[in-house]
Amino acid sequence: MDYEALTHAGFGGAPDVSDPKVLAWLIRRHGLEMSHLSRGSHIGSVFSVAEIIAVLYTGVLHVDPRDPKMPDRDRMILSKGHAGSAVYAALAERGFFPVEQLKTHYADGSILSGHVSHKGVPGVEVSTGSLGHGLPVATGMALGAKMDGETWRVYTVMGDGECDEGSVWEAALQANQFGLDNLIVTIDYNHMQSLFTVADTLALEPFEDKWRAFGWNVIRTDGHDTEALRAAYARACANRGTGHPTVIIADTVKGKGVSFMENDILWHYRTPQGEEYEAALKELEALRP
Amino acid sequence: MRDAFVRALLREFAVNDRVVIITGDLGFGVLKPFWEQYPDRIINAGIAEQGMVGMAAGLAATGRTVFVYSIGNFPTIRPLEQIRNDCAYHGADVKIVCVGGGFVYGSLGMSHHATEDIPVLRAMPGVTCFAPGDPAETEAAVPEMMKIRGTCYLRLGRGNERAVHTDDISGADIMKAMTLRAGTDTALLSTGGILTETYDAAEMLAARGISAEVVSFPCFKPIDRDKLLELSRRFDLIVTAEEGNVTGGFGSAVCEVLAESGNGCRVRRIGLDDRYTSVVGNQKYLRGVYGMDAKAICDRTAAWLKG
Repeated sequence: MDYEALTHAGFGGAPDVSDPKVLAWLIRRHGLEMSHLSRGSHIGSVFSVAEIIAVLYTGVLHVDPRDPKMPDRDRMILSKGHAGSAVYAALAERGFFPVEQLKTHYADGSILSGHVSHKGVPGVEVSTGSLGHGLPVATGMALGAKMDGETWRVYTVMGDGECDEGSVWEAALQANQFGLDNLIVTIDYNHMQSLFTVADTLALEPFEDKWRAFGWNVIRTDGHDTEALRAAYARACANRGTGHPTVIIADTVKGKGVSFMENDILWHYRTPQGEEYEAALKELEALRP
Repeated sequence: MRDAFVRALLREFAVNDRVVIITGDLGFGVLKPFWEQYPDRIINAGIAEQGMVGMAAGLAATGRTVFVYSIGNFPTIRPLEQIRNDCAYHGADVKIVCVGGGFVYGSLGMSHHATEDIPVLRAMPGVTCFAPGDPAETEAAVPEMMKIRGTCYLRLGRGNERAVHTDDISGADIMKAMTLRAGTDTALLSTGGILTETYDAAEMLAARGISAEVVSFPCFKPIDRDKLLELSRRFDLIVTAEEGNVTGGFGSAVCEVLAESGNGCRVRRIGLDDRYTSVVGNQKYLRGVYGMDAKAICDRTAAWLKG
């Protein structure tokens, strides 16, 4: 069975990828398969960000797979580049490139690197992987759009551990200083990072207060509730005119969707094989929308 | 060079409204014409260089040529990964400008001595690197950088350097090496503001009966290979001078070309000998301390010529 048929099996035809719940499920299904095939890591991060990416690519972002470089498109930067397979999956399902190409993720000679890459990948604006790079670049894009009187927005998705980086807070000051109300940041707040929990590493709480103190509009939402996320983005978009950028702090669960991966740092690194793969697949199947 | 840079960039600003400049909260007085004439195209990023360079890459992605201005190591080594990942890898039209290459801020201490930027920036694929030797080379470098639709580095000295070029070089190819003085016994090569010392060293050597050719390399990456090969065929000894660490620097670039050429020419490098500075003083003083002022270049070259 080819890769697309394998991952779409059970839908009884082409899945309705304009439905954020369907797309989020497919992001997890691809995340599992890509991690399994490649023995690649970061599946826990892909699962925590699945609904955020799915909602962005089902009506929030103004993008067009037939014209990935259209001048007035919204710009989206995945700053937590290690969750690149979530964006690759969303882009492929939305028609930016063939779903079949996803099976090359991580492989020798593949353009689908473990951390998200823009080279030869339609729909990816910026390559990331080293943390703390996305927000400064997004700030520059948003500033350029403002200077040109453009209506498009800039979105960036960051991790919570990423907020350890000083460059994030440099850009947080700059984005507010320059009145970038066309900039919307989403933080995948899964409360875990590379070795320990966020609280046991560099605690971010009171997290909302930090961003407010930096002059940002702050929206808090459940990061796995697609309706709540959609409403959060609508509110964020309505902040244009406030003169302040917006951050959506999305509470999520690392490894969301597979019980034994949830809230376990092991799955920042581990790749599902054998019985673990089968068990994860079974749990995902039970969640199919 | 600083003032020559401002003059040259103002000319670009006048004819191209997609050119902008970001400063890292520096350039008091120097950047005043931009604030006065183009307040919408100059941005103060604050003392936040990682944010500044990342922002420059993002701004460039909106169809602009973005100059980033700061001093010493602040626009280079501090945000090096942003130069690498966000600018160079993405082919961003960002021009990193450092004022104070070498010992310009000599009295301020080691933190302000920009002495590893040449090796470090030269190691970044996709970054075209300039270190003009005098104001005229600076004025020629800026329009050349505008032609290059990608990331560039411009290492400047200070304000009020003396002119070394006496001819009009505005029509010359600034990517190529420039010969300022012909010679027959040896060739003195340099990049950046130390050109004045190199030139004066040749004059001192002449007084001792030694004829030294002086060649400036305003562009150190890509380096003018043809000129190096030509020089290596004409001279048995080539001396390089740079105001910074010799490890991986301009002299190393010369060695790379010549070692692979098989021409068998000797190269001797003058610069900081893989060390940090630990004394302070003005630029001229420190060049003397570290063996790279005109007298030291002259003495060392004469000694090397003897054997």
